[in-house]
Amino acid sequence: MSYIPNISNYATKLAGVLAYMVQYGCITHCVLEYVGDFVICTGPSMEPTIYSNDILLTEHITPRFQRIKKGDIIIAKSPSNPQIHVCKRVTGMPGDKVLVGFSSKVVPRGHVWLEGDNRSNSADSRIYGPVPQGLICARALCRVWPPKEIKMLTHKKGQVIVR
Amino acid sequence: MKLPALVKSFLLGIPVGITFLDTVGYVARVEGISMQPALNPEAPVTDYVLLNRWSIRTREISRGDVVSLVSPKDPGQKIIKRVVGIEGDLISTIGYKQSFIRIPEGHCWVEGDHTGHSMDSNSFGPVSLGLVTAKASCIVWPPHRWQTLKPEIPQARRPVNIS
Repeated sequence: MSYIPNISNYATKLAGVLAYMVQYGCITHCVLEYVGDFVICTGPSMEPTIYSNDILLTEHITPRFQRIKKGDIIIAKSPSNPQIHVCKRVTGMPGDKVLVGFSSKVVPRGHVWLEGDNRSNSADSRIYGPVPQGLICARALCRVWPPKEIKMLTHKKGQVIVR
Repeated sequence: MKLPALVKSFLLGIPVGITFLDTVGYVARVEGISMQPALNPEAPVTDYVLLNRWSIRTREISRGDVVSLVSPKDPGQKIIKRVVGIEGDLISTIGYKQSFIRIPEGHCWVEGDHTGHSMDSNSFGPVSLGLVTAKASCIVWPPHRWQTLKPEIPQARRPVNIS
């Protein structure tokens, strides 16, 4: 007769643990979605600023308030595949004239022009055109891995300032 | 610092609420006449629709879905339109710079049901699927307008490659 109270104790404890998991899972979701997170980069398109397998700290606040500026390094959803992300630098804001091959284009309202720092090996706006600002998820702040390469990524184009 | 239990549970409830709205869905007010007669047929009475975020997490959009998306012209604004074409479809456009267009990979063609009174893909072109934020599944207010939104394209606007 004494095992029935044990099961109700067990169930209450389990419910308590689940409630904590849900609460902290939700807090984690909100932080990763609205504040910032870490991003692993692959590919050569941002060399020499960012190398493959670098880990970056990114923030989600400036894109949400449309405060992205020219020269920022941003993470955006790929225009041709929304499940993958691209990491590029903003090289043109709306109204800017950008060079594509031998002709120039004007960046339309609500879009940005993205280019990788490694111009010879980067699939970017020169291939897929201007990117709507709604696809931008995050702005890269600094590199945190590998540890001897920790540095802030500033928005001086073509120049990484070590702080 | 000892917080009153009520304040503590309120603060813990905020991330749970935000996570629920981000993951499951929320109710939104529809403004404008671009989706008449499906939405807002009796101006000035506005419809409130249930925006389902759970169903787009795999980004599988089909023809006829009514979706909410970030406007390509203004990233701070969300618009609600019907998906008339998915990638690979050949669309005959109304007033776009090309009279026929094949929708590129990872994009869709959205139009308002009220042809001619709608700022949609006919003005800004194919929309990247990463801009779609939710699917409108049903109208929840006013009560005499309770219904689920049917995924049907008006006959005149069907893609050319769909017989």
